[in-house]
Amino acid sequence: MKILVCISKVPDTTTKISFVENDTKFNEDKVQFIVNPYDEWYALVRALEITEKSGGTVTIINVGSADNDQIIRKALAIGANDSVRIDGNSNESFYVASQIAEYAKTQGYDIVMTGKETIDYNGAEVGGMIAELMGVPYVSHASTLDVEGGKATMKRNIEGGYETVEVTGTFVVSCQKGMAEARIPNMRGIMAARTKPLTVVAPVNVAQLTSIKVFTLPPAKAAVKMISPDNVAELVNLLHTEAKVI
Amino acid sequence: MSVLIYADTINGKVKKSSLEAIHYGSKVASLLGTNAVALVVNSSDNLAELGKYGAAKVLKVTNDKLNSFDPQLLTAAIAQAANSAGAKVVVFAHDSTGKSLASRLSARSKAGLVSGATSLPNIDGGNFILRKNVFSGKAYADINILTDEKVISLMPNSFPVVATDASAEVADFSADLSGITSTLVVKEVNRASASGVAPLPEAELVVSAGRGMKGPENWGMIEDLANVLGATTACSRPVADIGWRPHHEHVGQTGIAIRPNLYIAIGISGAIQHLAGVNQSKVIVVINKDPEAPFFKAADYGIVGDAFEIVPKLIEAFKTLKASNN
Repeated sequence: MKILVCISKVPDTTTKISFVENDTKFNEDKVQFIVNPYDEWYALVRALEITEKSGGTVTIINVGSADNDQIIRKALAIGANDSVRIDGNSNESFYVASQIAEYAKTQGYDIVMTGKETIDYNGAEVGGMIAELMGVPYVSHASTLDVEGGKATMKRNIEGGYETVEVTGTFVVSCQKGMAEARIPNMRGIMAARTKPLTVVAPVNVAQLTSIKVFTLPPAKAAVKMISPDNVAELVNLLHTEAKVI
Repeated sequence: MSVLIYADTINGKVKKSSLEAIHYGSKVASLLGTNAVALVVNSSDNLAELGKYGAAKVLKVTNDKLNSFDPQLLTAAIAQAANSAGAKVVVFAHDSTGKSLASRLSARSKAGLVSGATSLPNIDGGNFILRKNVFSGKAYADINILTDEKVISLMPNSFPVVATDASAEVADFSADLSGITSTLVVKEVNRASASGVAPLPEAELVVSAGRGMKGPENWGMIEDLANVLGATTACSRPVADIGWRPHHEHVGQTGIAIRPNLYIAIGISGAIQHLAGVNQSKVIVVINKDPEAPFFKAADYGIVGDAFEIVPKLIEAFKTLKASNN
């Protein structure tokens, strides 16, 4: 079983968001970057569980500059066997997906895993794009994944419930909560990660489909209106006459 | 030229989020001086009714291969329909099906995608700029689609549906899926469909509760409150993790992100990960006995008090309002 896990570098969840260059670029100054949590906690850890049980290898793939090596080493410390960084520099989903698909096509992976979305651009786009470019099935928002005798079974979350899906052959899956529990790398893992392979691959040319014009911060929220616990009817009245939501 | 909207169905009925997408698509079509065409698969509904929401035409696909959700096959069918309708823009609802389809179609057609759009396009000066939320609701990005063909997935509850008396022309469309072998099989669809209540991402009114409720046995009053309002119930992460409530109710960063008109949070402190899933709600009410709960900072209305005292009073007050409106 050969599994490819796609990871993205994102600002830590608690980061205060600001922009530079006339609000066209995210301000990376003093920002703590992490492996996108869905990629790490769910896709990577489940991939490791599967190969620990049934054998095989887990390869990490990331698209970005050498600045990203730090998060790739983190993923290796958690337990992945080796890693590939495609030396491209674009945050656009189609660019990232094209690079990964182009590489994955030649390597014979059984499963390509992503998180359900990244916590920066919240696109939920890359997994579906990779699948289409590879011409294979895509299962999004999976909360379980089991592989038995060449057949993969997944539960995917849908509005108000779930679907159980089976796939044979290569496929792409986006992972969410339920898949696995986060793992903290131990000292041995961190030491081993330093010498695990990190192959740098040149990017292919990809046409740009979209461009970010400007970022805006939401207007400051008006102060909360506090209502006395003895006057609950006042809240209902305000929701009806002032907020007009009921 | 046209704008094509993929209208998703549950048990043959077009979803509310897809009706919003049709209405939105018809607005995009008027901006571009063209018509909205809706695509519906394997539905026995009266599809001429989609004209009410702005579709001039409905393409009706009947194909056994599309009985269960297979994004690979369905994307191929949508691409064929888009081609046949001369669609320059294809619109989806940004939900569990739309997310899979929009990304596949974008890659297939090399058409720029804005997912989770919350605005109509600004087409001044030959641009096609859409707004979406980024950084888990902490900022907006205005994104320009550079390609001639465009794909949009529309955030549910961003465009209220406005119905008219219009009727749509319905035409059969036959998709040729013979060239694709998919290895995906849907074995089971399990939808806990509380009758008449909208599923979470579509819900306009949401009543949500957290650890402050002390145990699953106390959820009766949360459900009563939701019933009085016609709201959908939700919960915080710890509550889903310890099994007090089902996982599909969990809203927040690791659960689902929602943007209802009204979000009532009861006994939820408001960790940043929870806020990431609900901060796009139009009005937030927080009820918590801890006056220092961080959630109050993100709320529009707040009550400091014990849920076990406040919620029953709230149910009575909503009942009174309902009675006086009848």
